[in-house]
Amino acid sequence: MSNWATDTTPSGRVSRRDFLKVCTAAAVYMGLPASMGVQLAAAATRTQRPPVIWLSGQGCTGCTESLLRPGHPSLEHLILNQIALDYNETLNTGAGHQAEEYKKKSIQDNLNRFILVVEGAIPTKDGGIYCQVAGQNFVDIVKETAAKAAAVIAIGSCASWGGIPSAAPNPTGAKGVPEVLAGTTVVTIPGCPPNAYNFLSTVLYFLTFNKLPELDDKGRPKFAYGRLIHENCERRPHFDAGRFAKEFGDEGHRLGYCLYKLGCKGPMTYANCPSILFSDAGSGAWPVGTGHPCFGCTEQGVGFTIPLHTQAEVKQVTPAAGQAPIETKRGNGVSIGAAALAGAAVGVAAGAGMMAAKNLGAKDRESGKPAKEA
Amino acid sequence: MEVNKPVGGKLFTRTFLALFTIALIGMFFVAKRYMYGLGAVTNLNDGFPWGIWIAYDVVVGTALACGGYSMALMVYVFNKWEYHPLVRSALLTSMFGYTLAGVSVLIDVGRYWQAYNIVVPWYSNLHSVMFEVALCVGLYILVLWVEFAPAVLEKFKADALHARLNRYIFAFIALGVLLPTMHQSSLGTMMLMAGYKLSPLWRTGFLPLLFLISAITMGFAVVIVESCLASLLFKRPLETPLLAKLAGVIPWLLMVYLVVRVEDVNLRGLLPLAFSGGLQSDLFLLENALFFLALLILIYPSNQRNPRLLFAAACTLLAAGGLYRFNTYIVGFDPGTGWQYFPSAPELLITFGIIAIELMGYAWFVKRLPVLPVLEPIQAKM
Repeated sequence: MSNWATDTTPSGRVSRRDFLKVCTAAAVYMGLPASMGVQLAAAATRTQRPPVIWLSGQGCTGCTESLLRPGHPSLEHLILNQIALDYNETLNTGAGHQAEEYKKKSIQDNLNRFILVVEGAIPTKDGGIYCQVAGQNFVDIVKETAAKAAAVIAIGSCASWGGIPSAAPNPTGAKGVPEVLAGTTVVTIPGCPPNAYNFLSTVLYFLTFNKLPELDDKGRPKFAYGRLIHENCERRPHFDAGRFAKEFGDEGHRLGYCLYKLGCKGPMTYANCPSILFSDAGSGAWPVGTGHPCFGCTEQGVGFTIPLHTQAEVKQVTPAAGQAPIETKRGNGVSIGAAALAGAAVGVAAGAGMMAAKNLGAKDRESGKPAKEA
Repeated sequence: MEVNKPVGGKLFTRTFLALFTIALIGMFFVAKRYMYGLGAVTNLNDGFPWGIWIAYDVVVGTALACGGYSMALMVYVFNKWEYHPLVRSALLTSMFGYTLAGVSVLIDVGRYWQAYNIVVPWYSNLHSVMFEVALCVGLYILVLWVEFAPAVLEKFKADALHARLNRYIFAFIALGVLLPTMHQSSLGTMMLMAGYKLSPLWRTGFLPLLFLISAITMGFAVVIVESCLASLLFKRPLETPLLAKLAGVIPWLLMVYLVVRVEDVNLRGLLPLAFSGGLQSDLFLLENALFFLALLILIYPSNQRNPRLLFAAACTLLAAGGLYRFNTYIVGFDPGTGWQYFPSAPELLITFGIIAIELMGYAWFVKRLPVLPVLEPIQAKM
């Protein structure tokens, strides 16, 4: 296979120039210096593409579909050139025993070198019988594969903590990967669906530096989940000024006011949605940008847990109680006390001056007489 | 050279106690300002960040404290040593005036805990007028204390130190003339920075010059007023002959001032505005009428020798210069629709407190330190 990264055939392949741009953009997403883009590119174009085993459990395949969204690189470039996606039930060419055989072979060949990606929650009730692949309980597949992987990434909210399948009453005892693989470091990329760039950037970071990016206490990369949505929200000025949409379609909603009172969970959800938007879907392409309140999909205990229109708990500042006044008070007028004081001061000064002038005259006449006589 | 002696007498008079009460009230509100912030005490707002504390305590206050500067200019620059007896008491009022102006700034500055940054060289903004004024005034306060130090050293008979200071004091005297020249004009430049917010009746490129000339005349006037009041209050002979000679300088300065002031307004075609009625126009006319009145009195040499008229003219001049500064800093300043400012009662009371402290300090220094000259020999000479 030719080196695609330097290949500039007009067959729709990415030019080297475009590829470097992608890597630089990925570096910038992660808060790395732009010059790191070259290193990322070098890592991504090693002859041996990093093998990825992608397991799917209790999920909707939305995470796999979210990989369709990025334009740089596109899905085909990602799976055919950037990584070696050796196993993914949605995208496998083979099926049945053939696919399972290939998975086994890949795991065996790339022992402790492949990246394991888990999509979907893992049912654990009754020994985990509620999700089986090739006759094996999913929970066992995950445990078995994870033991041989270089890194484990849980993509999507279901894999991160259980997501929708784990919502009450949780009939299958669905759990997230970190819970099932307690003791193993699991990178979680929550979101429903997750932002594909957060996933890609994490993979590229791992390939480049051979270590995982800095994670928060829930295993989320800090470069993507370090700040509240509320902090970078484009509607934040409306929040600060006390301008809120009160129901869908009202005047405030049409004017693009803050969605806090419609139950936006931005103030309690950590994610970079307002900064990088959703993949390459276009400008304003994220929930709040389209006029829908954030429902906290990246935050365990918020998304799928707190009702959609329940008002969020604000972690930083409380919103203004009312509309900011258009007319601010522009100084106080004269108070009676102040006028009296000022008048008294001027009066005392004038009076003292006049008395002094009078006395001076008298004194001058007194002192003048003997002076003249002398 | 003349001999200076403490005036002596009881310190805690009834007037002193009254002043002490006013000072206490002022200090109460200063404490309140530091506990609850500017908004709790003042009427200052975003439109008028500078109120009476800047307009009176700093701008008028330092102009009233120009006695030391004007006398130093006369004695040391123009070499008129016959005025030397007036220097020390002039320095005393200057010292108090400037020190308390500095204190007022610290009360007025919103984030006072940042104030020390003025003297941190790497934070200096050398293009800022305010920086120049702050540094200049700060230095001048130091210079004034050094210039006044001989009176204290005489009192405590620290002759060795006095002799050593005398060897270097010329440098401080030189600074004492240079620094006020710089910042008294810069106080005018500051409002030049206000741009269109300042009424064209006051906003002119001549602001620095006008501020400087009026400050010097106010310096002379304050020496006259102070001398007259001291002779009344401390039952001393009048210093009229010396004051009359000093007063002879003022009309010339006033003429220059009024020609520049009126012609500037006239040439810019603003006379209709000056006579348009309304607060600004009325106060503009009053301000210049006061200057003119002072000129009218002092231009006749016979009036200069009449202590009553001399005193009245000096007071008029102080009122004129004070009003000019109030007009430039507050009345003529319009930051935009709807903004208004009049000092609040606590704000005024703090200013009154500062004035009271100044008067008490003056009385205490004059009664206990050798400030005022022994006058008999001079009168005999005349």
